[in-house]
Amino acid sequence: MTSGVGAPRRARISARTLRTDRWWLPPLLTNLGLLTFVVYAGARSFMGKWYWVEEYGYLTPFYSPCLSESCLPGSSHFGTPLPELPGWIPLGFVALPFLLGFRLTCYYYRKAYYRSVWQSPPACAVAEPHGSYSGETRLPLIVQNAHRYFFYVALVVSVINTYDAALSFTHGVGLGSLVLTTNVILLWGYTLSCHSCRHIAGGRLKHFSKHPVRYRAWTLISKLNVRHMQLAWTTLATLMLTDLYVMLVASGAISDLRFF
Amino acid sequence: MSYKAKFKIWRGDDQTGELHDYLIEVNEGEVVLDIIHRLQATHAPDLAVRWNCKAGKCGSCSAEINGRPKLLCMTRMSTFTEDEVITVTPLRAFPVIRDLVTDVSFNYKKAREIPSFTPPPGLGPGEYRMKQVDVERSQEFRKCIECFLCQDTCHVIRDHEENKESFAGPRFLMRIAELEMHPLDSADRVREAQDEHGLGYCNITKCCTEVCPEGIKITDNALIPMKERVADRKYDPIVWLGSKLFKREKA
Ligand code: SF4
Ligand code: SF4
Ligand code: FES
Ligand code: FES
Repeated sequence: MTSGVGAPRRARISARTLRTDRWWLPPLLTNLGLLTFVVYAGARSFMGKWYWVEEYGYLTPFYSPCLSESCLPGSSHFGTPLPELPGWIPLGFVALPFLLGFRLTCYYYRKAYYRSVWQSPPACAVAEPHGSYSGETRLPLIVQNAHRYFFYVALVVSVINTYDAALSFTHGVGLGSLVLTTNVILLWGYTLSCHSCRHIAGGRLKHFSKHPVRYRAWTLISKLNVRHMQLAWTTLATLMLTDLYVMLVASGAISDLRFF
Repeated sequence: MSYKAKFKIWRGDDQTGELHDYLIEVNEGEVVLDIIHRLQATHAPDLAVRWNCKAGKCGSCSAEINGRPKLLCMTRMSTFTEDEVITVTPLRAFPVIRDLVTDVSFNYKKAREIPSFTPPPGLGPGEYRMKQVDVERSQEFRKCIECFLCQDTCHVIRDHEENKESFAGPRFLMRIAELEMHPLDSADRVREAQDEHGLGYCNITKCCTEVCPEGIKITDNALIPMKERVADRKYDPIVWLGSKLFKREKA
């Protein structure tokens, strides 16, 4: 601690922090939340079954788009340009790395895991445990600057997920179609509230007055953007719940509640 | 209703110091600075504290209360319970001068390193014309009272003294953002923000935003937009490829 709060000429206080509140709780909850998702999503992605309900046209977002010949009949909404895959490759392998990259480089998730996983810093005015720090100035973290490219791919995937959800309505309406639709709406909320989106839509302009339409877009996205953290967590939850629902129906553990 | 509150106040200089216990009277409606003043009047006439306006506007009375960077004059005693021990220390990111007073000259040095507002050539004072929507965005940053609580809490320098050289801190990266977004500023500030002022050190963990007494959304509205501008300029693979292919001179 001789480099930070213990540096020469600073007030001699040996405690790492004098905070008296439960500052360790938010990073702990973040770790638990992220861990839950990583374990669930990992397990489901590699499971290779119960991802498609043929009868009602439900496809879980974790397997969308399903583009290989290993995909169950009907689940490949965009054809099967890819050959059969060995069992250890997740069927959603085309989109999954990009979606993972999108969330990993997301400005909100960065804040979340820098604070919780990496403890840099664990909470404000709580000394971090690392001896040196270079932030996002060099590799590997400089790669975070590529966030916007993941955003572009995420836009495409959102369109695909929308298509998947819409397709389920051609089989009638069940609770599953509503689950898929809610998930897609929230995914759009998360994707459009992205800081890169806010920048691209209009934030980068110096003269809003010369671009009234983009100014309007920036204003709207700014309103969504303040909810980005909430949307980040909500969509983690809805992704898991949506997948869980499809899994339960596909495996026959429950039957879908049908309205029409 | 008045009561006696338990205080621990750090006293010392840049070589030694420790927390001292005091039991001080607190009256209804008071703020921490009132208690410090009462302490000066009763137990500790030589206690050093910097203050000026007692209205949250001059930014002088920055300190750390129960470990959190705060303004002494804006922290109400009613936010503590009567039996709570209240610890007051000087800012822990800067050298201490005496007791609660720190040497914040780091911030003045950083302020001077940022090139000032640069109007387009040929435009004289008095000829500035701007649209309201264009200036609006950077107005938020002008609410800053220069209390340097954000600088104090930013882990980049708080926890790593050696980074002070290369990192301007949230307050001054925000100043760059303010000028960059100014409709009449013609200087190129983006590359410098990254290369000279250390924008890349910021890992957007938002402590600056959390402590700002003016409620400025430093991270969301200044730092992230600056990072996006840097990405436009420096990390756009398409631009990068283009400049490699056509060997363009750095503009
Ligand atoms: S958001 Fe960036 S500038 Fe602000 S406190 Fe965190 S690291 Fe420092
Ligand atoms: S940005 Fe906020 S915290 Fe930082 S110096 Fe200005 S008023 Fe203080
Ligand atoms: S998705 Fe979170 S900032 Fe882009
Ligand atoms: S005394 Fe001026 S801000 Fe506290």
